[in-house]
Amino acid sequence: MAFGPDYKAAQVAFRRFGFGPRGGAFDLARAASDPREFLKSELQQPAITQLNAPTLPPTKIALQAVFVDRQQRKSERQNVAEEKMPPASSIASVSTGHTDQPARTMEASGAMNKIPKPPEPPVAQKFFRADAMARFGSVFHAEVGFTERLVHFWSNHFCVSAAKGPVRAIAGSFEREAIRPHVLGCFADMLRAVEQHPAMLFYLDNAQSFGPHSKAGQNRKRGLNENLAREILELHTLGVNGGYTQADVTTLARILTGWTFAGREGRLGEPGTFVFFANAHEPGDQTLLGKVYRAGGVEQGEAALADLARHAATARHIARKLARHFVADNPPDSLVAKLEKVFRDTDGDLKSVSVALIDADESWTTPLTKMRTPEEFMLAALRAIDRMPDDPGPILGPLAAMGMPLWQPPGPNGWPDTVDAWASPEGMKSRLDASAALATRIKDQINPSELIGTIAGEAASSETRQAVARAESRQQGLALLLMSPEFQRR
Amino acid sequence: MTCLCEVPSPSRRAILVMGGALFAWAHLPKLASASGSRDPRLIVIILRGALDGLSAVAPIGDPAYAPLHGQLALSLGGEHPALPLDGFFALNPAMPVFARLYKDGHAAVAHATATPYRERSHFDGQDVLESGFPGPGSVESGWLNRALEALPQGDRISAKGGLAVGPSTPLIMRGAAPILGWSPQHMAAASDDLAARVMDLYTHSDPVLEAALAKGLETEKMAERDGMGDLAGRRKGPNPATGMRLAAEGAAKLMAADDGPRVAALSFDGWDTHANEGGATGRLAQLLGGLDGAFEAFESGLGPHWRDTAIVAITEFGRTARINGTTGTDHGTATVAFVVGGAVRGGRVIADWPGLKDGHLYEGRDLKPTTDLRAVLKGVLADQFGLSAAVLGESVFPNPLALRQCAGSQPKTCSGAKDANADSAGKKCDRAILLFRERCTRWRPVHCL
Repeated sequence: MAFGPDYKAAQVAFRRFGFGPRGGAFDLARAASDPREFLKSELQQPAITQLNAPTLPPTKIALQAVFVDRQQRKSERQNVAEEKMPPASSIASVSTGHTDQPARTMEASGAMNKIPKPPEPPVAQKFFRADAMARFGSVFHAEVGFTERLVHFWSNHFCVSAAKGPVRAIAGSFEREAIRPHVLGCFADMLRAVEQHPAMLFYLDNAQSFGPHSKAGQNRKRGLNENLAREILELHTLGVNGGYTQADVTTLARILTGWTFAGREGRLGEPGTFVFFANAHEPGDQTLLGKVYRAGGVEQGEAALADLARHAATARHIARKLARHFVADNPPDSLVAKLEKVFRDTDGDLKSVSVALIDADESWTTPLTKMRTPEEFMLAALRAIDRMPDDPGPILGPLAAMGMPLWQPPGPNGWPDTVDAWASPEGMKSRLDASAALATRIKDQINPSELIGTIAGEAASSETRQAVARAESRQQGLALLLMSPEFQRR
Repeated sequence: MTCLCEVPSPSRRAILVMGGALFAWAHLPKLASASGSRDPRLIVIILRGALDGLSAVAPIGDPAYAPLHGQLALSLGGEHPALPLDGFFALNPAMPVFARLYKDGHAAVAHATATPYRERSHFDGQDVLESGFPGPGSVESGWLNRALEALPQGDRISAKGGLAVGPSTPLIMRGAAPILGWSPQHMAAASDDLAARVMDLYTHSDPVLEAALAKGLETEKMAERDGMGDLAGRRKGPNPATGMRLAAEGAAKLMAADDGPRVAALSFDGWDTHANEGGATGRLAQLLGGLDGAFEAFESGLGPHWRDTAIVAITEFGRTARINGTTGTDHGTATVAFVVGGAVRGGRVIADWPGLKDGHLYEGRDLKPTTDLRAVLKGVLADQFGLSAAVLGESVFPNPLALRQCAGSQPKTCSGAKDANADSAGKKCDRAILLFRERCTRWRPVHCL
């Protein structure tokens, strides 16, 4: 298509679609010769969406370890309490049921300052860090990183939060098991994998939702929790204006009763795995969005999800969100329409949708005005300087300081995706601090003027070149390069 | 001309009271504030996730409350008795600071209040709460920013800009008026020289990044000068209550400075209590305790300025009146707003109580909204910053569909406002309300008319 190398388009390929060029490689020239093919070739690589990290535990193993760890901690706490507390107050503190606030209870009884030794970091933290490292590494080694950008997009679309209970241990395995296999697959498969994953079932409370007329619901006097059902309709599929009602939310909640995961004792199945708990499932036919789903088991919910996945509103919602993420806060309607059509025509084939995003002219002609998120910025910086820490700490810390702690979005709608949200005063200042800190680690090992050539070619502005060239040290020049508009925007 | 009293909610009575006399100084002659003796501050805390108003301020006098709220219901007995506010409402025992301020007349609650949003999406609900528009997705600016923008040029409140606490700017603070940003989480700061060079680069290439970074650096300077280095270095604890207190401590320090911002927005997450919400103790009580700690941090951190300060804590909507199947509550409609501070004429729960009987619930499930939250917020802005009803109705909380003239159907207590409304809308209205107030013996407006 292009005649001669197109360095401007190569910038679009790396910044709009990827995580920026790698400082150690010379990919820019290859990208410039045919940017579209360059991107598509990454999608063709076998198993490109998967992590090459065989040692990371599957969800059930991680959850089982968390169950054991909790049990041990609980008995240790009890031992401490029995040793240190007079019998009367220990009975009192048990009877108030303050199991989630041990510190306060102890403080009240004056035992706080007598407790020795800080405890080992919980096992959940170990898994969290291992998965974080794998996620960062995968971006670091990718050629362009379009696939990884798609993984991050879908992981954020279907976000869970590591700040909630055991999700910390399995936020990574959730991404590996429910997101990655389907990023270039079928949306309906991803939807089902997500909604049946213990991380999502716990995060949005469905694991403890009971059909009010089910056997277990009646016996335990438990009932519905509509949290997951609402977010499926509002966030995961149709979108907030997708034409559903409060009655549809409640109905979908009923349909999904019984979708849970097996606990420590394994009464419902292998601990830490998805199970359909038939006794908790609301009996009877259910009418969702005007369609009747016959009484049944797990297939009732699976049928409902399959219909939601191919609903016209879902195609529209996903198309707009993708275009907004990759192209502009207010993406061209023509682009949204193209993506929507491909989504509909292919029944949600995400590889076709991703290719359509590459093929669309709007993706190449719209100016690069979006802001990199803190994670995109941090990882783009590490790629540019071609350095990766051995431990995720030096990445996790700055991410939290820049307002984007890994896998801990503020709510089930995930991280914001607009320039306004990230180009904030505190956000920019913390990026400046992070750039300075990174440059301090590198000292004078990198010549920033040369690095501009490697990662930006002819696309760097004269202002940026000049600012870097006039820096008082290589270190300062590198920090300036990382803070330049070309590096912050995509 | 519109007046503060015309908000078209079912409860004009409640709003009449809200419109003016919330603030202790409201009866002072206008001159007193214009001469500079008063230096008002306003803090808005957004409770993201939808606060269960019935567990925060429980209508224990409503016989339908305890059965509906089940295990979560507060009561005046038991091991953790709720703190009585009046004969009808009682406060969650996790909020002793608020209870003390209430008793001293410096805290008020608006109950059964809601924005005009009537669906149940957090994100659209927050959009309406923060944008100040009647529907979601209307605009990319927040009402607090537009209020700053509406102040006269050169006014010291607007000149100092608004403070957005946290790493990203919430919608409520976004807009044309200048904003500063500060967050309790920090790394070692970049050198001044690097900062100046980056600023210079942006001046020539990216004005949006330039403006944002300039404000970020400015706030950092203030924080350093005020000795907040130690605070900044501390990591947010695992307990969300600690995070709330840290954010409030930092914001209070910045706002207490002579040249510091006078208006701030904070947001606290985690109120989406679908499961195991707890009542007098437990998850929600811990969060309420954190909010209470933030109030206390502002009270002590603002020192002598506390006298002129108002804090409002608001949330996108309430939760179901009936507890759900997992000892929590699902998304609902009306809830509470807290109004606290030395400038507040409090000691009362403002509510046109809709009742919790079956037929009285909104859509058969939620506390019915009877007070428009915008009226509460308009009252606060009018009293703290002297914004006129016209400005409030046209640019801060525009309501293109529902705007009504202050005529004809006005209840007679508002008639004083009608005459003199032409240019200083709030003023006369306040007086009318003050008169009205003097006739009342109790602060339950529902009984007053």
